[in-house]
Amino acid sequence: MEIYAKGIESRQLNEIIRGCKDDKIVIRGVNGQRFIACGLDKKDVTAVGTIGNGAGAYMQGGVLRVEGSAQDATGDTMNGGEIYVGGRCGDAAGYAMRGGGIFIKGDVGYRAGVHMKQYGEHKPVIVVGGTAGCFLGEYLAGGVIVVLNTENKENPVGEDMARGMHGGRIYVRGRVTVPLPVSVTARKAGSEDMLFIKPYLESFCVAFGGSIKELTSDEFTLILPAAGNPYKRLYVHN
Amino acid sequence: MESKFYEGAVRIPSGCAISGFINRDGRLSDGGAIIRSIATMHDRSNGLGGGFAGYGIYPEYKDYYAVHMFYEDTFVKKQTEEFLDEHFDIINLSKIPVRKTPKIVDEPLIWRYFVKPLPTKLAESQLDEDEFVSRCAFRINTFMKGAYVFSCGKNMGAFKAVGYPEDVGEFYRLDEYAAYSWIAHGRYPTNTPGWWGGAHPFCLLDFAVVHNGEISSYDANRRNIEMYGYKCNLQTDTEVITYIFDYLVRKRGLTLREACKVIAAPFWEQIDRMPEKERREAEYLRRVYSGLLVTGPFSVILGYTGGLLAINDRLKLRGMVVAEKGNTTYIASEECAIRAIAPTVDRIYAPKGGEVVIAEVNR
Repeated sequence: MEIYAKGIESRQLNEIIRGCKDDKIVIRGVNGQRFIACGLDKKDVTAVGTIGNGAGAYMQGGVLRVEGSAQDATGDTMNGGEIYVGGRCGDAAGYAMRGGGIFIKGDVGYRAGVHMKQYGEHKPVIVVGGTAGCFLGEYLAGGVIVVLNTENKENPVGEDMARGMHGGRIYVRGRVTVPLPVSVTARKAGSEDMLFIKPYLESFCVAFGGSIKELTSDEFTLILPAAGNPYKRLYVHN
Repeated sequence: MESKFYEGAVRIPSGCAISGFINRDGRLSDGGAIIRSIATMHDRSNGLGGGFAGYGIYPEYKDYYAVHMFYEDTFVKKQTEEFLDEHFDIINLSKIPVRKTPKIVDEPLIWRYFVKPLPTKLAESQLDEDEFVSRCAFRINTFMKGAYVFSCGKNMGAFKAVGYPEDVGEFYRLDEYAAYSWIAHGRYPTNTPGWWGGAHPFCLLDFAVVHNGEISSYDANRRNIEMYGYKCNLQTDTEVITYIFDYLVRKRGLTLREACKVIAAPFWEQIDRMPEKERREAEYLRRVYSGLLVTGPFSVILGYTGGLLAINDRLKLRGMVVAEKGNTTYIASEECAIRAIAPTVDRIYAPKGGEVVIAEVNR
């Protein structure tokens, strides 16, 4: 099914999407409508234009492809499925994500992957092709964040990244020069570490082009929590 | 004011919206585009305030201060006009033309005066023209109950009301004005009443501010700025930002960029890492003007003669996107508000927290 979204407001557009029986939906002329594909289960939704705030929030499965940019709070608290953003992405992408993947071709704004967590088979992942804003992976409790900086900008990540991180992994192509909190360690990613993110890089390259070989020919920095329980004695002494 | 306009009487979860653009080549655009832009973010406001400011709209009176007034009744109008007559040469006065719409109701009396300070009064006051006008505006807002100066710059004007911004733009017939730069606001008041005077932009002389956010430091800022003769009497936090810019730039002679280093000062740990010269400057500004540091979430567009400035709070707790297309610079809370009027752009990006964006008309 194809929908032309111009002039249709968020609520109505989402009702059309939810009510649609087709597995594949293409929405053209999207501009700012919110919560598109919110709670999506198994459909394949393509949105052409600038998708509004809260796209793919609480997604359970299926695929949301954005041919254009995404705004704020993309994939908020998503549990599963995949989101592909062909342009830039706003702030707070993947907030409290618990599963599934968000793949962004361009830059991502502030606070991507804040408080992502994992449990058992549910391992959320965010792959950013460009650079990431400040507070990347703040309070990270699980899952994987990869920043590729494909355009080789001076700073792949902003300040205050990994603040309060106590689980999960953050990979950054190149060096991380911003100050990191004492509760995390940063080291060069080894070949085993790289094997871990290979499937995610494959998905990224399939969606947006580029070759894994080229991407992985450069050094990656891997950021991990410093200890199993880094905040054990932050507030009390026992 | 009717009780339905007070916060709590109506509650729709959303957040304010801001948008603005400037034609750097000085080309004039009518108010249609800015209305379309802000209307895209309709869901961010709740109908309790909308407003616009346009620059370059009064070329025929460009040397006169354009005073836009709200009056609650004819009594205070008469009183204020006597005051204006006593202090100014009024070259032209009229009702601001409006288009009646059922979406904008309970409007006050809305009048416009093109004025110049009376030479005798000005000489007597020993003030410059700008200071004279600004003091008169504060006097009206403070002492004349039910009269509000909501715009008093040269060759610019603000238009605001209680309602959704697209309806406010329609109400004020903005399609009949042509400006080289426009700013707009859709309001969602959280802590203060939604009333006509509380809609954005907040203006003083040629400065106009639209703001999305909430100033945690409001009372500290208010107490500080009131020591210098400003009066915060419009019942909302945003007006203090206008006065801070006016104080730092017009009175203290800071550049706009320096003023931004006061308002969104870098954190001490960032200052510690700066090279010597930059560090000393940042330290100086933070120490001298510590009471004017604005904390809490904000994204702000400041309009002034010949330019637009955009800035986010240091932690970037509100969305803001900037784009360029040809000779036009666009700024908005959401990308969609830019795409609505510029579907393709040359460059689009999100400035960092505390990063100053300035776009000016080429001289």
